[in-house]
Amino acid sequence: MAEAAAVKGVKDAKDVTVVEGVTCPFCGVCCDDLEVHVVDGKIKDVKNACVLGKDTFMHHLEGWAKPTIKGKPATIDECIDAAAEILAKAKYPLIYGLDSTELNAQRKAIELADLIGANIDHTSSVCHAPSLQAVQTVGISSCTVGEVKNRADLVIFWGCNPAEAHPRHASRYSVTAKGLFTTKGKKDRMVINVDVRPTPTTRMADAFIQIKPNSDYEVFSALRAMLRGHELDCVEVGGVAIDEWKTLLEKMKSSKFGILYWGMGLTMSRGKYLNVVALLTLIQELNRCTKFLSAPMRGHGNVVGMAQVLSWQTGYPFAVNMSRGYPRFNPGEYSVADLLANKEVDAALIVAGDAIGNFPAKTAEHLQSIPMIAIDPKESETTKVATVVIPTAQAGIAAGGMLYRMDHIPLVMKKVVDSPYPSDREVLDRIIAKVSAMKNGGKGAPKPAVKGGG
Amino acid sequence: MPEKRFILITGRTTKQGRSVHLGKEAKEYQEEISTLQMNAKDIETLQLQDGDQVRVKTPYGSTVVKFKKGDIPQGLVFIAYGGMINALIGSDTQATGMPNSKGIEVEVERHG
Amino acid sequence: MGRSLKIVGGDVYDPANGISGAVKEICIQDGKIVESCKGPAEVIDATNLVVMPGGVDIHTHIASPAVNAARAFRPEDHRHEPVPKKPGMRSGVGGTVPSTFATGYLYTKMGYTTVMDAANAPIGVRHTHEELIDIPIVDKGLYILMGNNELILKYLKAGEMEKIKRYVAWLLKSLKGYGIKLVNPGGVEQWKYGKDVEGLDDRIYYWDVTARQILKALSWVNESLGLPHPIHLHANRLGIPNNYLTTLDTMRTLEGSRLHMAHIQFHSYGGENWGGFCSKAAEVAEYINAHPNITTDIGQVVFGDATTITADGPWQYRLYKLSKNKWYNLDVEVETGCGIVPYTYREKNYVNAIQWAIGLELFLLIRDPWRVFLSTDHPNGGPFIFYPWVIKLLMDKAFRAEMLKRVHKRVLSDTTLPNLDREYTLSEIAIITRAGPARALGLTHKGHLGVGADADITIYPKDSDREQMFEHPIYVLKDGEIVLREGELVGSRDGKLLFVVPPDVGEMDPEFKTEFENFYTIEYENFPIDAEDIPNREAIPAGASR
Repeated sequence: MAEAAAVKGVKDAKDVTVVEGVTCPFCGVCCDDLEVHVVDGKIKDVKNACVLGKDTFMHHLEGWAKPTIKGKPATIDECIDAAAEILAKAKYPLIYGLDSTELNAQRKAIELADLIGANIDHTSSVCHAPSLQAVQTVGISSCTVGEVKNRADLVIFWGCNPAEAHPRHASRYSVTAKGLFTTKGKKDRMVINVDVRPTPTTRMADAFIQIKPNSDYEVFSALRAMLRGHELDCVEVGGVAIDEWKTLLEKMKSSKFGILYWGMGLTMSRGKYLNVVALLTLIQELNRCTKFLSAPMRGHGNVVGMAQVLSWQTGYPFAVNMSRGYPRFNPGEYSVADLLANKEVDAALIVAGDAIGNFPAKTAEHLQSIPMIAIDPKESETTKVATVVIPTAQAGIAAGGMLYRMDHIPLVMKKVVDSPYPSDREVLDRIIAKVSAMKNGGKGAPKPAVKGGG
Repeated sequence: MPEKRFILITGRTTKQGRSVHLGKEAKEYQEEISTLQMNAKDIETLQLQDGDQVRVKTPYGSTVVKFKKGDIPQGLVFIAYGGMINALIGSDTQATGMPNSKGIEVEVERHG
Repeated sequence: MGRSLKIVGGDVYDPANGISGAVKEICIQDGKIVESCKGPAEVIDATNLVVMPGGVDIHTHIASPAVNAARAFRPEDHRHEPVPKKPGMRSGVGGTVPSTFATGYLYTKMGYTTVMDAANAPIGVRHTHEELIDIPIVDKGLYILMGNNELILKYLKAGEMEKIKRYVAWLLKSLKGYGIKLVNPGGVEQWKYGKDVEGLDDRIYYWDVTARQILKALSWVNESLGLPHPIHLHANRLGIPNNYLTTLDTMRTLEGSRLHMAHIQFHSYGGENWGGFCSKAAEVAEYINAHPNITTDIGQVVFGDATTITADGPWQYRLYKLSKNKWYNLDVEVETGCGIVPYTYREKNYVNAIQWAIGLELFLLIRDPWRVFLSTDHPNGGPFIFYPWVIKLLMDKAFRAEMLKRVHKRVLSDTTLPNLDREYTLSEIAIITRAGPARALGLTHKGHLGVGADADITIYPKDSDREQMFEHPIYVLKDGEIVLREGELVGSRDGKLLFVVPPDVGEMDPEFKTEFENFYTIEYENFPIDAEDIPNREAIPAGASR
């Protein structure tokens, strides 16, 4: 699919192949206007990308993982066999990561989880899972980014830092973007930043409110109370004067189309998903006065995509357990952080995600004490200690496939260069075949009862 | 040796994001994730000199990092995501699945 | 494939070919129904069993970004209905929004073989295709939402009808859709300002066109393109007391043109307010009876849990305020919106009871079974697994009478249901669940058992308890392969994606690319879907312009 697409939009000038309309796989903004220049199978230049996107493509040849078993070089085939053996024998395995890969690989990971009765979780679990839990609790009033581009006259960034985490969000969608009804771009918008410290995002804002850490729940509750007409008998909430909150609330009520973007400031601090519940309820109630929406700043990579396909195939967006032969969901029990902290899993498969590098030390410790397979294009803290390392073609660069933008819009990643290594999807497919055969007593993978297709 | 309690904020930075692509062994990445940002007044209170290192402690562990002056309120410190902060974060998620990665109380003192 | 199969001795119900219970042999070869088999054939002995074409669901919500949002935000919906894996079959969950593999298995277990997903925002159709690929066994199609599309509203204001036609053709071709869907035309655009449409002549903000104009324009485009199915319409004012007036106004606006009115139960309400809520099924049925250009699916309410999923953003906001349940809303750039609210229909709630009665009244009062189809607007009115319960209500007057004793007594005084004695025959059920929807969709190889039809066949037991009968088919064949045998699923296979090929009506203007990128936030070139991304697909050509 994406292989053929890479040929479209290609113009040759001298030895350079230019691939247009490339979707960047890095941060969740999913700019699909990148122009990648390839010479001799190597990326020589990238136009239209931000620094993070450009680096993703320009450094595609650096820091590759190598195929190893227990630290010793091995062939891909040997690694796949070793991985299959670990997973076939495991009693309570974990499959994790999956944010930096494409839909078909994610599908294969879920198929594998179904086959071996694994726990399957992905990086949302330590990122926006609290936001997903909050939506499961109260719902959300939200919109896609094009609505913000076209209509928003008030944009609030709360506990997030798009200037550093989602660099082109401001120019493509939310701050300087010019839309149908916002033809003057930034001049048609007011931007407010609320955070515990100023960040580069603060520089984009017309106003900055600095709140005390861990006080978001009280602040949203206070705003909601004031929205409902209650007078509060305190002078400050979250270290900010009540009058300042009143002013913010008035700005929100008098906007024509407001949007509040939130990030890890809410999900990772005290209160976790309850912070987001308080926020989402406030925004829903603001709809009695005006059009107001909210959205999480999702990323990195294709984390939204993993939540999508996991939801449609299992019914649940993260922290799924298949050990009884059907999907079960329980954040706090089947979440990766808890499974590892409680030392419950006896084998792990980490696909396209650096687990060790992003977990609390004690959590990561357990991962290092069990057989662990890392499938990743690049070296990481995880590949350094994995029992089996299987390098793959980097999704979005050397392998095509579908990914999702932060607002749930599906897009396609192109394959712009070749890789000596197979794709994530192919590796997982081969592991599934091997594990099936092993579980079938070496009789080969069971044939499906009725073959499909026309 | 004066030590002080701070609230630790962790997060992404452009440098940390860029350096990810070089492979996490790369010098730039290691530099970014092992530097703590602190308010100038707090630097004074802790009697820190240029080139000093600081020890950051929580009940779960400690780590030694470099420091630099940052545009950050007093009482807060910031370190970018990556390996160094992981020693400081506990594994308890209060059954939410999410470790306490932001807004954690830490003790900071000059190291050595 | 090369498989030969014969079904012998069964009572065949094939209304499209005038067969109403005759004992007849059905021959299958290479996935199609044929005059006779080549060589030795497996024989299914269907003696004392009922043979029908596989069911065709003309309106259901099973796959799309909106459906998936509903699924993901309702874990409580799935917890008590695990679907364990089996050899050759994947695990999943049920509930009002089942997971994809489970959806395919559940439909198959009911004897349904073709399902149409009723509402898809263009920019999300790529997602719908991927989700549909993961719904096994059944064939499927998707309707594309167009009634609030800002490019269409823009061209309409400028009177550029040919441009609308070219744009619609481009959408269908680029996205591999089956038909044109309208949901609360104009109203979902108004919702971007927190408002709705009150009447068909309200002028929509900025674009300055009316619902009536949108209806006429898209109806004209649909017929002019020769599309097999008429415009599929979720009319304005769904759910609101007295909306029957808007419903009649809508149908009159399109008099003389083909029209499919979706889930008409939700549009047949009287009363000045909720207190006066009552049934106007008789008025709506009378109009439909007198106007053969109209087909409809009922959207029958089933007591119990439901999940309301619709593009009708403003209505869902109302339902959220009324029910105080959680509320998911996603406004989609340029195109439409989506609102999701969990809901429970209660027998003793007089509004719900009257809603339930209205659906049945409409079934029983609309005389031509070829123009009224079984649906619950799954999962808005209730889950599709309750179709057999609805069938029993239609066929068994005594069962209806039992229900009437249980529901709120206002049903007795405020509806005509207690006086309706009609009982649907098996033949009529075969029409409203198979032959009729297939014909309305223009699927000439579905919904019947004549030579040339796809061998999608269901064999039911004869059971006077019609709910049991339709809940427990003995055999289901899909493309001539047995997928359900002795009541058990025997394995999975891929179903086909059915999509329409519109006629070539010319390219979009050269400025369209810039216009597209001004409205949207993605590249024009990245919008169309590569047919190769849908491995199992079947093109249905459009016909002549009507």
